[in-house]
Amino acid sequence: MSDDIKNQVRTFIIENFLFGDERYPLDDTLSLMENDLIDSTGVLELVSFLEERFGISLSDAEIVPDNLDSIERIAAFAARKKQAAG
Amino acid sequence: MCGIAGYWGADLPRMEGTELLQRMCDAISHRGPDGEGFHIGTGAGLGHRMLSVMDLSLNAAQPMGNVNGTVWVACNGEIFNYIELRGMLRERGHRFRTESDTEVLIHLYEEFGEDFLNHLNGDFSFAIWDERRQRMLLARDRMGVRPLFYTWHRGVLYFASEAKALLRVPGITAAPDPIAIDQIFTLWAPIAPRTAFKGIFELPPGEVMLIENGQASSRPYWSLTFPDMGEEDSREEDEIAWELRALLEDATRIRLRAAVEVGALLSGGLDSSIVSALAARIVPGSLRTFAITFEDAAFDESAYQQMMVQTLGTRHSAVCCRAGDIAGAFPAVVRHMERPVLRTGPAPLYLLSRHVREEGLKVVLSGEGADEIFAGYDLFKEAAIGRFCARQPNSKFRRHLFRKIYPYLATLQKQPPEYLAAFFGAQAKAPGDPLLSHRPRLRATTGTRLFFSGEFHEMLAGYDAAEELAASLPEAFDRWHPLHQAQYIETRFLLPGYILSSQGDRMNMAHGVETRFPFLDHRLVEFAARLPPRLKMRGLREKRILRRAVADLLPPAIVERKKQPYRAPESAGFSGPAAAYIAQILSAGSIAQAGLFNERAVAKLLDKHRRGAISGFRDNAAFVRIASAQLWSDTFVSAP
Repeated sequence: MSDDIKNQVRTFIIENFLFGDERYPLDDTLSLMENDLIDSTGVLELVSFLEERFGISLSDAEIVPDNLDSIERIAAFAARKKQAAG
Repeated sequence: MCGIAGYWGADLPRMEGTELLQRMCDAISHRGPDGEGFHIGTGAGLGHRMLSVMDLSLNAAQPMGNVNGTVWVACNGEIFNYIELRGMLRERGHRFRTESDTEVLIHLYEEFGEDFLNHLNGDFSFAIWDERRQRMLLARDRMGVRPLFYTWHRGVLYFASEAKALLRVPGITAAPDPIAIDQIFTLWAPIAPRTAFKGIFELPPGEVMLIENGQASSRPYWSLTFPDMGEEDSREEDEIAWELRALLEDATRIRLRAAVEVGALLSGGLDSSIVSALAARIVPGSLRTFAITFEDAAFDESAYQQMMVQTLGTRHSAVCCRAGDIAGAFPAVVRHMERPVLRTGPAPLYLLSRHVREEGLKVVLSGEGADEIFAGYDLFKEAAIGRFCARQPNSKFRRHLFRKIYPYLATLQKQPPEYLAAFFGAQAKAPGDPLLSHRPRLRATTGTRLFFSGEFHEMLAGYDAAEELAASLPEAFDRWHPLHQAQYIETRFLLPGYILSSQGDRMNMAHGVETRFPFLDHRLVEFAARLPPRLKMRGLREKRILRRAVADLLPPAIVERKKQPYRAPESAGFSGPAAAYIAQILSAGSIAQAGLFNERAVAKLLDKHRRGAISGFRDNAAFVRIASAQLWSDTFVSAP
């Protein structure tokens, strides 16, 4: 998995959901939902970001916490999708 | 309905005492534009601003004394059962000089001492000064319709209907209370007696404070309670519906008592339609009704309002909230609320009460309170679905139900059910949590602290507002049905802390308009609390017993109407010329001066707002709370 994708996702989350607060202990495996960093509207913002930034497209069935609930999961999912898109 | 002010613990000369009370009363003159009065006693003083509603004669002026001038009262509000109380007191030998409800307070106090509060049915906050006993008594109505704030300064107690009157006392200054600010941003309202101002408190609803012998003590004289699970009212539904109708009719009837015309607010929803329909049967001539409409169709309910106007034949008048109106009114709204808020909802109601006053009325009825006592809010449904999902956590079907609650929220309809379930369905993870029903709301506000300044963060280290709320719940809470637990939290905290204050009294009294709430008659509140949950919410259908009790009064389209909560445009309302001040109050300099927030985080939020990228509750609430907190700080804390 590319560290570059992970860094871009991390930056997006810090800027967009933490409003630049770098004090927050944002571990790669931290659940975004359980720690209230993202709500169900925020998930839609995250999906838009992934589609625009990485040129991928997410189906409804893919918008699930298993794919999107931590930086690690998001980055792994985005890398898989990018690879599949060729 | 008026404004009061006073002090205890200082023996001021008449001139000095009057000057002080004049300053305090001037700050709340909007509450009582019809007159003013002062009483300077030995060791205490009372001031009053009058909104003449019950007895328009000069005899009814306040503060009002007893026959020999030893007991004095200053009252804000109304005692709706004063006619029945006068009859009872006359039989006991009391003689009355006026037609006002306030005089009843003096006689009741003389007859029953401090226990007289149990006899009152009304919306009130008042001060009684008993000069013989050197005793001051402060009391507030059961549900918290009327406000009463107080503070201590150099051994003297000062009190008033609004905090701004206290800030007129020399030496008393405004400073933010970090814990109250955190409570507002997390729970929507401070937990009484705390207010947004450090050292300024409010008397909680249903409490009485006695100050005598140099000591002050307060205690509840009434408390909201529910039956233990399984012990609810078990009578036949027909019998319960009949009694509910009779209570509702009587609660409305006594709230129409006034020497001036009484109108009604008509939103087009079930509750205000019921109140208007009942009032229209009683008032002579045709009832006057008032409504707010919205230019933005997503918030507008005028079709339902018109349906009710035609059904009842009321003389109706509406004011339209247009683009820019919310932003334009917001600084005045914050000045009257005296605290930051999470929603813009108070602003349209400020415009509506101004309209009512311009139309010549100063008393209106409202349907507020029914959602609390008959379980009308979506939050109650969220909690019920959460419990339903928790029983079968792997069900893919059940989580789709969350969408059914919010047909009017387009963004929520697009959201994946897995996320809706994860957001709303915290139940499965913490079944013993007393705040289960409110966790989704609390989760929506937890991002609050991201915006606090470093200094505020430090002051709040280790503090948890939700924990304090949970710790304040009564001992019997665990034995109540989950719906009743949720109703208790709504009725005891959010109703007085936000709905009746920020959206109610403060917006109405900004224009000298008194609002009365038949659904909050304590007889009805106690009756509704005893009902089994299935008569309030069955499946996802709210207010079952209420709909049944009034089915003959309203068109079927209103009786069967799905709940549409009152909403107003949030951050989107702050654009265009009317919102030009936003750039200034959210500038790095203003943020640094107020010291509440982190400049960098606010700059990013402001940027998101300018890009039109704010969409969900979380960001909208952040924008409104920061804008309102900055205006609040500018108005009260930074003001010279």
